Amino acid sequence: MQPDLKLLYTKMLRSRFFEESVAQLWREGLISGEMHLGTGEEAIVAGVVDHLQEGDAMALDHRGTSPLLMRGVNPVLLVREFLGRADGLCSGMGGHMHLFSKQHLAASSGIVGASGPAAVGFALAALYLRPGTLAVAFFGEGATNQGMLMEAMNLAVVWRLPVLFVCKDNNWAITTESSLAIGGELVSRARGFGMPAVEVDGRDVLAVWHAAREATDRARAGDGPTFIHARCHHLEGHFLGFQLLRIVRPPFIEALATTGPLLRSALRRRGAPLRDRLEGVEMIVRLILRTYKEDSAARRTDPLVRARRQLELEPAELAALEEEVAHQVREVIELATRPAA
Amino acid sequence: MRTKGFADAIEDALAQAMADDDRIIILGEDVHTIRRNLLVRFGKKRVMPTPISEGAFVGAAVAAAMAGLRPVVEVMLIDFVSVAMDALLNHAAKIAAFSGGRWRVPLVVRAACGGGYGDGGQHEQSLWGWLGHIPGLAVVVPSTPADAGGLMLAALEHPDPVIYLEHKLLADYWLDSMGAGGRKTVRYDVPAAGARGPVERVWRPVPIGRALQRRTGDDLVIVSVGVGVHRALEAAAVLAGRGISAGVIDLRTVAPLDAETVCETVGRTGRMLVVDEDYRDFGLSGELAAIVLEAGISGKYGRVCTEGTIPYARDLEDQALPNVSRIVAAAVELVEG
Repeated sequence: MQPDLKLLYTKMLRSRFFEESVAQLWREGLISGEMHLGTGEEAIVAGVVDHLQEGDAMALDHRGTSPLLMRGVNPVLLVREFLGRADGLCSGMGGHMHLFSKQHLAASSGIVGASGPAAVGFALAALYLRPGTLAVAFFGEGATNQGMLMEAMNLAVVWRLPVLFVCKDNNWAITTESSLAIGGELVSRARGFGMPAVEVDGRDVLAVWHAAREATDRARAGDGPTFIHARCHHLEGHFLGFQLLRIVRPPFIEALATTGPLLRSALRRRGAPLRDRLEGVEMIVRLILRTYKEDSAARRTDPLVRARRQLELEPAELAALEEEVAHQVREVIELATRPAA
Repeated sequence: MRTKGFADAIEDALAQAMADDDRIIILGEDVHTIRRNLLVRFGKKRVMPTPISEGAFVGAAVAAAMAGLRPVVEVMLIDFVSVAMDALLNHAAKIAAFSGGRWRVPLVVRAACGGGYGDGGQHEQSLWGWLGHIPGLAVVVPSTPADAGGLMLAALEHPDPVIYLEHKLLADYWLDSMGAGGRKTVRYDVPAAGARGPVERVWRPVPIGRALQRRTGDDLVIVSVGVGVHRALEAAAVLAGRGISAGVIDLRTVAPLDAETVCETVGRTGRMLVVDEDYRDFGLSGELAAIVLEAGISGKYGRVCTEGTIPYARDLEDQALPNVSRIVAAAVELVEG
């Protein structure tokens, strides 16, 4: 079986346009609190979700919008949920971090690492009630330091459960870079539990698709879990309004607001010797420079750009496809934001 | 006297303590960013970011405290302490008892709490009653900058574990991070007197376990903590306009409770209304009723609390969390009903 690249690209595009519209609603203040987008993760999500069938389950993290959209959840219901409306997917009770669709066996959590045990439980139920189906756990690399996820990976191996552990690795746990937080290397870590583990470029939807094909085949055949490690960038950082991005992006208001107190504190009497203070300053400067660098890298390695290139369509055909998807998304937003009947 | 924001006050008091005592270290998720001002003054050995491994680093902080350090361990939001609960419930809280009082755990667990900005039920809980339920844990919840700094100092001097909760509506950086995100298009009901206020030039500890009467009143006393105190004060002003004189007690510490202050004021008015942003059942509001009854005081009692999972939708959330109109209605019912 070969991937339908045009279909995958269309799904990614739809997810991108959809989340960009959600971002606009957030900017307008129609969404109150946090908003974690999956922009930049689309190739990973599309490459995995494309293999899912009736009865398969998804355990999601705080970036559940894109997987649910690609799984076929009604996007109008998603928008209404984000707007906190009674006619939303979860009656306005959950919001974007706590999205649930019983019909799709899809459950989210805002607690980092929680998708691991959830996928194990879904897979256990699959074994008893829906042989041949499987469960996917989506999580970031930050979650791989969470005991519950490590315990879940072990459990999936010893119980030989049909689970795909999909690590969307953007190298940052909010503002903590992996080099400060992750010991060893994640693929070997997963192999240490006794499960096959593959490294794929998470910006290449075809690479993800092929890796997920093998993993889902293995799971459905009763041969146990697989760990897929896929690297990506987040186009909007950890969440919308991410402070580090506000520091490195124009108009740099946040940079100015941050610098004053920082310098005043660094110069205060009583505290560490100068060398230690400079190390502290260096840590902040490095953080900001890394953020700046990765923000531009994120744009250069956009998975949609890659997929579009692989697709080799005529420019006019591409433009028509984009316009069609954009039109669909506009219709969804228009319908979703209409006052309730 | 000078004026400070709630979050600045905590940081200022913490910096004063860190300069005085180099056993104090800060560890937790993202602290190199969140506590960057302390990082550049005290160095990275004293401000250590951790992986998202609450079970491990809170557990480690417990033992580090036993072995001589004075860690301030941060789990970002108190909702996330659930992941590290074993370290607190079965270890931090019990070492002193298990060792026959020979070994103490001078640990501060610092976290943001509370709702009112539309973040949903896994990020907006208060949980002070749940934590206060455990013998061996002190739980403090300041409502003003002066108390925020003073209680931080007291927590750092305390010989046993203290849970230090800062409400997100009062701590500007939390509200910006989790709520506004730099936007001007959202509004939150921030109590001005809690977000900014006068503080001493040099910090002194505010004793743990000591409540404060914020307003006197003859008809009833409203007992609250955190942002609830400000809602209660606002309600008391409304009630005054209707001829009802309501006092307001700011507990400041949930555990141990200042039974003396509560019983004394309730005894005088004969009516107690508890305003608690934490869950209603099996928590602070019931405990307050119990201590009053145990003291042999009879009177009328009511409570305005959070009753279920906090809804994401802002309008539902406003109804779920204690708000001024619910408090006024409950107070009127107590006095006139």
